[in-house]
Amino acid sequence: MTTTRPLENALTPGSRRAGVADDAALEPRRSPESRPAARVGTEVSGWLHVCPLQRLQPGRGVAALVGDTQVAIFRMEDDVLYAVGNVDPYTGAAVISRGIVGDRGGVPTVASPVHKQAFRLDDGRCLDDPAVSLGVYRTRVCGADLQIGLR
Amino acid sequence: MVGHRLVSALRDRDAEGAWQVTVLGEENRRAYDRVALSSYVDGTSEEQLRLPDDDLRADPLVALHLGDAVTTIDRDARTVRTASGASFGYDALVLATGSTPFVPPVPGRDLPGCFVYRTLDDLDAITEAARAAVGRTAPGRRSAVVVGGGLLGLEAARAMRLLGLSPQVVEIAPRLMPVQVDDGGGALLRSLVEEQGLKVRTGVSVDGIRADADRLVARLSDGVELDADLVVFSAGIRAADTLARKNGLAVGERGGVLVDDRCRTADSHVWAIGECAALQGRTYGLVAPGYAMAEVVADRLLGGDARMTPEELDMSTRLKLLGVDVASFGDAHAAAEGALEIVVDDPVAGTYAKLVVSAPGGAGGAGTGADAPTLLGGVLVGDATRYGSLRPLVGSALPADPVTLISSGGAEPDAGALPDSAQICSCNAVTKGALCAAIDDGAHDVASLKACTRAGTTCGSCVPVLAKILTQQGVEVSTALCEHFAYSRAELFEIVAGAGITSFSSLVASHGTGLGCDVCKPVVASILATLGSIDGRGGHILDGEQAALQDTNDHFLANMQRNGTYSVVPRIAGGEVTPEGLIVIGEVARDFGLYTKITGGQRIDMFGARVEQLPAIWRRLVDAGFESGHAYGKSLRTVKSCVGTTWCRFGVQDAVGMAVELELRYRGLRSPHKIKSGVSGCARECAEARSKDFGVIATEDGWNLYVGGNGGFTPRHAELLVSGVDSATLIRTIDRFLMFYVRTAERLQRTAPWIEAMEGGLDHLHAVIVEDSLGIGADLDAAMAAHVDSYADEWRGVLDDPEKLSRFVSFVNAPDTPDPTISFVTERGQNIPASTPEPVLIGLPEVHR
Ligand SMILES: Cc1cc2nc3c(=O)[nH]c(=O)nc-3n(C[C@H](O)[C@H](O)[C@H](O)COP(=O)(O)OP(=O)(O)OC[C@H]3O[C@@H](n4cnc5c(N)ncnc54)[C@H](O)[C@@H]3O)c2cc1C
Ligand code: SF4
Repeated sequence: MTTTRPLENALTPGSRRAGVADDAALEPRRSPESRPAARVGTEVSGWLHVCPLQRLQPGRGVAALVGDTQVAIFRMEDDVLYAVGNVDPYTGAAVISRGIVGDRGGVPTVASPVHKQAFRLDDGRCLDDPAVSLGVYRTRVCGADLQIGLR
Repeated sequence: MVGHRLVSALRDRDAEGAWQVTVLGEENRRAYDRVALSSYVDGTSEEQLRLPDDDLRADPLVALHLGDAVTTIDRDARTVRTASGASFGYDALVLATGSTPFVPPVPGRDLPGCFVYRTLDDLDAITEAARAAVGRTAPGRRSAVVVGGGLLGLEAARAMRLLGLSPQVVEIAPRLMPVQVDDGGGALLRSLVEEQGLKVRTGVSVDGIRADADRLVARLSDGVELDADLVVFSAGIRAADTLARKNGLAVGERGGVLVDDRCRTADSHVWAIGECAALQGRTYGLVAPGYAMAEVVADRLLGGDARMTPEELDMSTRLKLLGVDVASFGDAHAAAEGALEIVVDDPVAGTYAKLVVSAPGGAGGAGTGADAPTLLGGVLVGDATRYGSLRPLVGSALPADPVTLISSGGAEPDAGALPDSAQICSCNAVTKGALCAAIDDGAHDVASLKACTRAGTTCGSCVPVLAKILTQQGVEVSTALCEHFAYSRAELFEIVAGAGITSFSSLVASHGTGLGCDVCKPVVASILATLGSIDGRGGHILDGEQAALQDTNDHFLANMQRNGTYSVVPRIAGGEVTPEGLIVIGEVARDFGLYTKITGGQRIDMFGARVEQLPAIWRRLVDAGFESGHAYGKSLRTVKSCVGTTWCRFGVQDAVGMAVELELRYRGLRSPHKIKSGVSGCARECAEARSKDFGVIATEDGWNLYVGGNGGFTPRHAELLVSGVDSATLIRTIDRFLMFYVRTAERLQRTAPWIEAMEGGLDHLHAVIVEDSLGIGADLDAAMAAHVDSYADEWRGVLDDPEKLSRFVSFVNAPDTPDPTISFVTERGQNIPASTPEPVLIGLPEVHR
């Protein structure tokens, strides 16, 4: 099932995988097996420039506005990038980008700064309540630029 | 309570669902913890007083019929009828009607303003009457007479004081708590109680009460008349046995439904348990025997053969809540033949302790010879911390010389030495054996032990012993911070300080695993910040890698609110602010559309700032001379003060000056939890300093320092650490107290639990800080001096650094576009968050195949 949306608003929330920096220099510490496979139907129809990668501090997130959609983009300490929805599903506050990232049992996570629920960064699921999740988006690094995938 | 226990025990064991239970209750509420009734006056809610297993009401085999008293029993037809006329049939009828307060038959006892103290409804009525009295009667004249100076009377008196009335306790016996305490303990108890502001008259009774305008006058047997707004009767209880009397069931000589050791009446279909039952002729006014009866009846109804063994019933009691520690257990009055009493009476320390022991096997005196004396009971007044460990020893041989067991600093009985049969939780009759079995079955912390054995769920006095048994059974209560570090915060502090580690990444590489999380990162950030400020490295909390570790509040140096906006709190040291300062705050709030509110810490909080507005707001505040108030940090918040000698007629020291000095001294110190303080200019304590982590109260000859107080979920009064000291000594003592706290407390542990968890408690703290028993005094002093020297305003640090400033944007690709999810509505003339549409629960992202 796929639905089409106007382009400026069309992220790829269907993707179950976060973007991994394309630049080889940015992903040396990640073992290939741990990469979630790209799924069929998540083809990206275009890439939107967000900001220079430089603007992202390792271990921290930023919020980006893509059309009407708010996306939280994180640059992990090992330079892997993840992008998930910025709105905390529990409170409706657009603050996920301000959460602390880390891992739970090796799974990369971000903790909502409102009430501390942890969300997986790779598929958006809430570890404290599997029925809740954030959308996930694809990112890539093109030259010095961080880009987000539109569908 | 006991009826509830029966239902819960029955539903627990009646696997086949043989019994359909109907609960008929006169009170219009579900069962609640009557033992903890008095905490209702402190603000504990009815919900918080619910008993464990409150979910029984959802059980299809349990029906509740509340607010309707049973009026008659038809034993032939086996039906009961209630006041509203409803009728219920039964196969087994269990009476668990409890007691009614005994009100002596004095004239005037039914006047408005006279109350009893038994139910939540009673407390609601008392609270309402006390409020009216406070509104009506001038301060200093508001008072209440409490009739009866037993356990209940003292609880009631304390409640009166909390409600703003000064209580006078009238006790007919020559001492307080006559049932539990002996003369020696009674004398000390009286002086402790009087220190708490209660007036006590013993050896007199109330002869009559009359109305006098809108107040009452209680006439005592010695001719004295006491004015009072309220009279509370707590002169004892009588078993609620009317139903039995009316329906031809035998009652005991001194009341109570007569039952045998199966808790059954002469009618094989009728049982009685709890306070209304006269077990082989005797009634019990405590919850533990009632619970035991409930268990027996549950067993019998299911075909078991359990019996009561009254000689084993535990009549131990501990006075809760008054701020006076009193406990008695076992044979407190040495009634057993040949019992010996060992007393340690220390009027200076304000403690009295007595152990009652058996004379060992004829030969020799107590404590001599091979066989140690058996503990029979005891009384502890002034300090009952040993209650939890001594009570279970009743009936066992004493593990050590009895005098050392009750001397301060003497041997603490070891939970490991207890026999398996020792009852650890007397309220719920849980033995050490049962606890050990639960531990073997996987209950590896206090919470799960409580859940699976019920130990510690009633009066709570055995909880410390539960922890000891866990340790003693080899269960390591994990102090690991989180999955990334196997260390506690205090241990990490030592590691980071000792190894000179300066970044999270090197710490996690050398002492942890993984990437970290929202638990360990802020803890390490705080440790690094503290150490940075005391080893002279200084540095900003948003410098380099450290910035990534900070909680969102610290990351944006503001407090995040529920709609994602922030609140801004400039420091107003000691609560002192100039008119110009107020005008600047007012203008900033007006220009940025911020909601303003005065905080409990005597400063002004401005709410509703969007992240991208923070720098502009702070630019104006800093230019006007304000600095960060650290409302966002786990650090010193405020030092609240009264006006002291500056203005007040009663002040004896400069409270404002001291508060400002303290606040400026400790500002910015990163700590395991927030730290609050207050300074009052005299003993009237208008700054509420004793509800603070460290509170200072002026005296004629200097300052008293209290530590370990807090408001919040579990309010605590701070306790006296030093008294009558000069300003320099005061500051040095606080320096050491705070530094020691910062070094050794656990994550999110406020000062009160920190002191409580410390081996030796306040005495140990006093030794370390005042007597320098660990020899670290100079170290602590130097660390604080370095902190004071290296302080710099964090907001100024951000405004001066373009790189840090660049993080204060709404969107990285649209820095000036406000977050579209934020909107406001106006309430009472100010902006507040527009109520968010029901939190959106986003489903799983669609997976396209
Ligand atoms: C302030 C206070 C402090 C206490 N502190 C302690 C303590 O520290 N330690 C301790 O062991 N004990 C303490 N107690 C005593 C303890 O609360 C009682 O022992 C316990 O509640 C007894 O339980 P019960 O079920 O027998 O009676 P209750 O809890 O009184 O329950 C009896 C219920 O039956 C209802 N009832 C009565 N008649 C009828 C009828 N005809 N039809 C329908 N319903 C009826 C009553 O309304 C009541 O709700 C304290 C009591 C009070 C009031
Ligand atoms: S505490 Fe004492 S000095 Fe301070 S305001 Fe109150 S009465 Fe005055």
